[in-house]
Amino acid sequence: MSFLDAPNNGTECRDRNGENLRMTKSQIDVAASGEPAQHWADDILHVFQEFGVSQVPYVPDGGHARLISAVHENSAMRGIPLTTEEEGVALVGGAWLGGQRAVLLMQSSGVGNCINMLSLVKTCKLPMLMLVTMRGEWGEFNPWQVPMGSATAASLELMGVQVKRADSAAEVRDVVQSAATMAFGGGSAMAVLLSQRLIGAKVFTK
Amino acid sequence: MSTSASDYRSDLDRREVVKTLLDRRGDALVITGLGSSTYDVAAAGDQPRNFYLWGAMGGAAALALGVALAQPDVPVIAVTGDGEMLMGMGTFSTIAVQQPKNLSIIVLDNSLYGETGSQHSHTVRTDLAATAKACGIDDVRTARSIVDVELLASQVCSIGGGPRVAVIKIGTDTPSRVVPLREGAHAKSRFREALGFPVD
Repeated sequence: MSFLDAPNNGTECRDRNGENLRMTKSQIDVAASGEPAQHWADDILHVFQEFGVSQVPYVPDGGHARLISAVHENSAMRGIPLTTEEEGVALVGGAWLGGQRAVLLMQSSGVGNCINMLSLVKTCKLPMLMLVTMRGEWGEFNPWQVPMGSATAASLELMGVQVKRADSAAEVRDVVQSAATMAFGGGSAMAVLLSQRLIGAKVFTK
Repeated sequence: MSTSASDYRSDLDRREVVKTLLDRRGDALVITGLGSSTYDVAAAGDQPRNFYLWGAMGGAAALALGVALAQPDVPVIAVTGDGEMLMGMGTFSTIAVQQPKNLSIIVLDNSLYGETGSQHSHTVRTDLAATAKACGIDDVRTARSIVDVELLASQVCSIGGGPRVAVIKIGTDTPSRVVPLREGAHAKSRFREALGFPVD
């Protein structure tokens, strides 16, 4: 489900012809059916709720699809699609300046786009929580994902971000909660890498 | 008002423009893009509701969006230059989808990269106002006179009618620098305190 389908995103969403693009609730239910009852993405949403997260900027990624969908369904949060990931680094800084908490979602490839913008986070000592779905590290079919996937943790650390990992579904909640505490409680810049093994490698058929 | 990108020369004085723009700012929050825009806003009067960028090029509009979404009842104004805005052009689309009514993006456009030797920028060809319009922002304009700026000033300090993008064609004169706070952690803290939030 995309941001266009959110029942309560706080914005009217019409296309240029004025047509209302919202899905009906029954359409949302059908789209969501067939999913496991409790998923690690649902655990992350609970952590967002626990910490009163209001803004969730993202460049869409398959690994984050369920969480993105859940954010758009949640009336307390605003999912914000970005044209490029570094917008989100500046945006979460702005959210904090304005008194709100934001969490930034992206794929490992997008971390590469963020490097200089992270100087804002470091210079101003801005709290930050970034959740990164990993590519290029486990069963990856697409070689173009490997350069940034294998450089993600080091790149973030070079820019002063504390990097944590979640490798199994069972530990996602604890790792994200711990990182959120360090970010919003302690003021640190945090990134949680959600391993490709956890998310499942994309299957490409020729 | 002409919107021809090729007609990029102007006599408007950038300091006068920014002073006029912010004269009746009330409780508006102002974010500046790095470089000359930062000095212009500082020259118009420093205060805790100003947040000056000295880096993070391309991020001014996105940072302002985050502030605007967090503070929907307060006018939020980003003041930046053409070079900085060009680096963050995609943010026009991000803003358009969110439709924050309290956000104004002001681009001081002299078609120069002022900090690096005054090389020409792409706005000798690219019309940033038309770009913002095509990205889905309805209230866009190119301002070429101080009268245009005075009208704009009355609008940016309200919380309705946005998001808006105004490209103000300014002259190439470079007044002497007015150097505001570079200590970013202090800038962050005083901004939050001005809004009644704890520093921690």
